[in-house]
Amino acid sequence: MSEPKFRDLATPGVGSEDVAPDAGGPGRGPEAPMRPDGTPGLPLDAALVDGRFPGREAERIPELHEVECPPQLRERIEELMARYPDRRSASIPALWAVQRLHGWCTPEGIRQAAAVMRVTPAYLESVASFYDLLHTKPAGTQRVLVCTNISCWMRGGDQLLEAFCEAGGCDATEAGHGGSVSADGEVYISGFECLGACDLAPMASINERYFGPLETGEAATAIEQLRSGAEVLPERALEKRPLAGGPEGEPDPRVARRPPAADAEASEEGSP
Amino acid sequence: MMSPSEREQSTRAELAGETRMLLRHAQQPGLNTIEVYKRLGGYGAMEMAYRELEPDEIVKELEESGLRGRGGAGFSMGKKASFLPRGQMQKYLCCNADESEPGAFKDRELMQRNPHQLIEGIAIAALAADVGHAFIFIRGEYDLQGDILDAAVAEAYEAGYLGTDILGSHHDLELVVHRGAGAYICGEETALLDALEGKRGNPRLKPPFPAVEGLYGGPTLINNVETLSNVPHVVANGAEWFKRFGTEQSPGTKVVSVSGCVRRPGNYEVELGIPTREIIFGLAGGPEEGHAVKAFYPGGSSSPVLTAEDLDLPYSFEAMAEAGSMLGSGSIIVADDRVSIPHMALRTARFYQHESCGKCTPCREGTNWTVKMLERLVRGEATPMDLDLISSVQENIIGHCLCVLGDSMAMPVGAMVRKFRPEFEETMAAAASAPRPAGRTTSGVAG
Repeated sequence: MSEPKFRDLATPGVGSEDVAPDAGGPGRGPEAPMRPDGTPGLPLDAALVDGRFPGREAERIPELHEVECPPQLRERIEELMARYPDRRSASIPALWAVQRLHGWCTPEGIRQAAAVMRVTPAYLESVASFYDLLHTKPAGTQRVLVCTNISCWMRGGDQLLEAFCEAGGCDATEAGHGGSVSADGEVYISGFECLGACDLAPMASINERYFGPLETGEAATAIEQLRSGAEVLPERALEKRPLAGGPEGEPDPRVARRPPAADAEASEEGSP
Repeated sequence: MMSPSEREQSTRAELAGETRMLLRHAQQPGLNTIEVYKRLGGYGAMEMAYRELEPDEIVKELEESGLRGRGGAGFSMGKKASFLPRGQMQKYLCCNADESEPGAFKDRELMQRNPHQLIEGIAIAALAADVGHAFIFIRGEYDLQGDILDAAVAEAYEAGYLGTDILGSHHDLELVVHRGAGAYICGEETALLDALEGKRGNPRLKPPFPAVEGLYGGPTLINNVETLSNVPHVVANGAEWFKRFGTEQSPGTKVVSVSGCVRRPGNYEVELGIPTREIIFGLAGGPEEGHAVKAFYPGGSSSPVLTAEDLDLPYSFEAMAEAGSMLGSGSIIVADDRVSIPHMALRTARFYQHESCGKCTPCREGTNWTVKMLERLVRGEATPMDLDLISSVQENIIGHCLCVLGDSMAMPVGAMVRKFRPEFEETMAAAASAPRPAGRTTSGVAG
């Protein structure tokens, strides 16, 4: 039996002699070396493989029958994995699917996705915790992200965030530092870095759609509409916003040439 | 009251500075559907390219057109495409739609209004680089735009512009819309690749550059939404035609996002090289009555700020570089005389502190300490030495990290301290002598 490579890393006297290479499974046996304080430690190689918590093994890839993955989640993730040359590419979309199903990336949901994707839950958790839109804590059912970055700040983004917090019953300080959930667990409000809608400043992303420019007074209206299930601020929706420069003027004669294949057709239609 | 015709007249006058190429027809209802897009001449360039052109011819045309990357770095698109090795292998194309730079919102508009223009550009670029697998990495916040792209991609598959043996060319192309989940760093090309591979979005060491070793280890072409949206226009009309727009070193048009203290914030498509004043005042309407431009970021929050003196500079890659700043993503944020520059510096620094991925020490610690020092400064707890310390921290970030996220804070914050030092000193002194502030929030604009 060949010695594992990482054994070379062992400090002389610790691990290398104390542990038989074929001791029945890493991290479990009584052969673990003693720590300086007299408590049993992990054999060094086991620490590298199994994690660093004595007596606890790192979670392995869960089996599907252990996690009771809802069939629609499983199908969705399998479909996502098929879109990429490497199944791991589906981790962000899979976590989105988990969040849609469970409301946030619950530990159970992460285990379900991990079982389908054949990766460890820790791997998916490392991904989920990196991204701002994936929640690893409960985050309400109605989500409001208020941009407080440069352009929105200049036009009152901070005040808008406060107005939303007041209307939604959320803590403004918490909302400015990673998000706050209302007491009934329904509304989630968070200050957010640039949402890419500086033309709407100050603006908010409400349940993933953009609204702006918003008056502070409209925050209460929006929260009321969210709670009652009504359409939110229809007049402020990004979809309804026309192009900034106004209607199409006379096209530049140089641009009008393009594309040649369509010139004939376009002139038939008549330029707007 | 203006009569409707008068109002129309005034709108036309406001539009005088715009040259719409990418945003042309953007107001046509239903342009996001393949039917309307085709009726207006869409996919004409792609049909020509797939039926008549050799990949090398397309690359050559793109190179000759001088089309420069619109994502920030301004590198020649044709040259980038030519770096990909030829021959049978797994190669990839990634469209960077992770627009997250504060001030930038042009890609959002382009994808929302004209998704097929982008798909056509991707398909032509994929043919040029001989790529069979392409991805659009769109930031997760752009849910509406993601949905629009999903629908457009499905239409393109159905019409035979994507899929196998496209237009009888024996060229196959798979296009996947991949949504991110909220991380500015994923706009950095190598972090984007990591995120697309399903990892945390950390940048990679370069070289090897993505053109040699990118996604899944294969050669990868990465271009911004606006760059790729230009491709159909270049291919349809030729490099010579394209060079008639803009300046010699910055050919073409640019969709400029103007925001902050202006009366008409929004996206305006202009010819590169027009005076910056024309964009800020002529198109976006300038600051409100009775206020003046104090400073502006010419190319997103990463670009060193310029002042009112620089308003007459031509808006081009080379002129901005000469002025010690950059065109970047082409996003102008205007600050008028009511905005406190130290607070704006703090806002800028906080963004980068939040978004630093933490991989490289100078960026992780530098952004963190810059925020702490600026907070100290506006609270009145700083000493004059702190200003020099802030400057020196900025200098120690630049060029010392795997990617330019840290630099992107260091450059504008450094420029603000340099150009507005007296204001920093005044703010510091005023805050030190003021009673403890009651409010938590700070705003640049009163009211």
